Amino acid sequence: MDTSRLVRISDYEWRIDPHAGMRVPGVIYASEDLIRGMDDKVYEQVCNVATLPGIVEASYAMPDAHWGYGFPIGGVAAFDPKQGGVVSAGGVGFDISCGVRTLHTGLTPTEIQKKKESLANALFHHIPAGVGSTGRIRLDAGAMDAMLRGGARWAAEQGYGLPEDLERIEERGQMAGALPEEVSDHAKRRQRDEMGTLGSGNHYLEVQRVTEVYDKVIAEDFGIHVDDIKISIHCGSRGLGHQIGTEFLKRMVVEAPRYGLTLPDRELACAPLQSDLGKAYLGAMRAGINCALANRQIITHLTRQVFAEMFPRARLDLLYDVSHNTCKMEEHEVAGNRRCLYIHRKGATRAFGPGHPALPKALRGAGQPVLIGGTMGTASYILAGTRESENRAWSSACHGAGRRMSRRQATRTWRGRSVENELAMRGILIRSPSPRGVAEEAPGAYKDVSAVVESADRAGLARKVARLEPLICVKG
Amino acid sequence: MADIGVRGFGRTLEEAFEQAALAMVAVITDPARVKATQPVAIQCEAPDRELLLVDWLNALIYEMATRTMVFGRFEVAIRGPRLRATAWGEPVDVKRHQPAVEVKGATYTGLEVTELPEGGWRVQCVVDV
Repeated sequence: MDTSRLVRISDYEWRIDPHAGMRVPGVIYASEDLIRGMDDKVYEQVCNVATLPGIVEASYAMPDAHWGYGFPIGGVAAFDPKQGGVVSAGGVGFDISCGVRTLHTGLTPTEIQKKKESLANALFHHIPAGVGSTGRIRLDAGAMDAMLRGGARWAAEQGYGLPEDLERIEERGQMAGALPEEVSDHAKRRQRDEMGTLGSGNHYLEVQRVTEVYDKVIAEDFGIHVDDIKISIHCGSRGLGHQIGTEFLKRMVVEAPRYGLTLPDRELACAPLQSDLGKAYLGAMRAGINCALANRQIITHLTRQVFAEMFPRARLDLLYDVSHNTCKMEEHEVAGNRRCLYIHRKGATRAFGPGHPALPKALRGAGQPVLIGGTMGTASYILAGTRESENRAWSSACHGAGRRMSRRQATRTWRGRSVENELAMRGILIRSPSPRGVAEEAPGAYKDVSAVVESADRAGLARKVARLEPLICVKG
Repeated sequence: MADIGVRGFGRTLEEAFEQAALAMVAVITDPARVKATQPVAIQCEAPDRELLLVDWLNALIYEMATRTMVFGRFEVAIRGPRLRATAWGEPVDVKRHQPAVEVKGATYTGLEVTELPEGGWRVQCVVDV
């Protein structure tokens, strides 16, 4: 992206002045280098989102922003229902509530090192991953609806977790306002065999070592120390979320004229928050959030089973669980007034600051953990929401590295087996059913996650707390 | 989250739709590795050709996901707003197909159905993987 089209506010904040139908400015939080590396389409999409009815303050993009459908990935936008605000299926994404959860283990690198190979094999064997993999749980119609209403709380009640897990999950593990009746039979059918599966693409389960702590005080509150072994799980709402996204995207395109919406592009399909369609989508999308929360809870349970067998001493307590594809109603301050807004975060993580009532007591002093997934060869980061971040993009931060190279380019550049061997030389074990999938996810296909995190920290979106490097990566 | 474009060319609109489906399969696996033995009937309907293309690809995604199958050959008939097709494929065999990624859904981004001035059709859109 050409920076001459932007107004530089600071080294890490850039503005696009309103033009061509934009109701509000665009704001991109990133270093000059990252902006230069961004696709021009990101600029276009940030501007397009700014044209939507009821948008408040600005159309934001995070440091890892890249070209998506409709909204950019790494896009954040708030809409006011009282001002004709809209909800957009493309502003949430197909993988509703895709997110990251990190677990403590209480283990040391030495303990892992001794059994690394067999741990990698056991995790790969026990946790369904990849195209066509099915879970061990089959849900009948009644159980499906209970899961869609109950989320991780439902999963814990079914024996896939502990009550204390719940307060370490956004929404305390259960998204309110879910309407399973708005989720089609097709979507439910697509999910029937997919509970407790990782999926494919950039989804993974990693065993990681903490290699650096940047903020000792917050790290202490989070329970993070150098050389701790943590586990991170990155996945979402599986087939159910994808099908909800697919169906509502179409309904929003077809019904837009009914709501008097003229869209610069079909891909911006949306519906007024207060319309029947808007309410139906919100209900279905919230059910999708619960599906993702239940899914990560079940995968946590499977991971605990593996560790209980191999490391009786391990305690896999939850550090936190974040979702980075959502639309949530939140109260925010706008020009001195508290207002209820619907915040779309598509490839962006919520980053509430210290004292926020949504945080559990144990984290209220430190702020919300912001879990940033890296690539299988680089690093993941843990950040924390700050008071300052409440004034930046509605308390939002980045979500990952962001792709730099297309999948096709990646497969032309690397072979899966050689990527695996190279990483094994560096002590990182990859387990995946698909060598081509590994090539497409090669670390070099992604932007430098460290630069993204640095920009998020410098822009004041969230504060850098710790860096984690992978030891084992189970890929879909 | 990532996206990839699929594009199909054909002498007829139907053939272009078939080729776009094949391009989508190539996102998942090498279509040459798929034994196109089991037929699955597919129908969809949409107010215009662009929406019909997205519906067609989404119908295939749905059938592959719920049947745990992968398709390798397609035969499409389009009449007005209606599409009837047969897709042939087989159950996913992880060892042989080595599926790289599952497709989550077809999108309206980059969506075009174009009759080319030199004859024939080009159809395309971005799919989310």
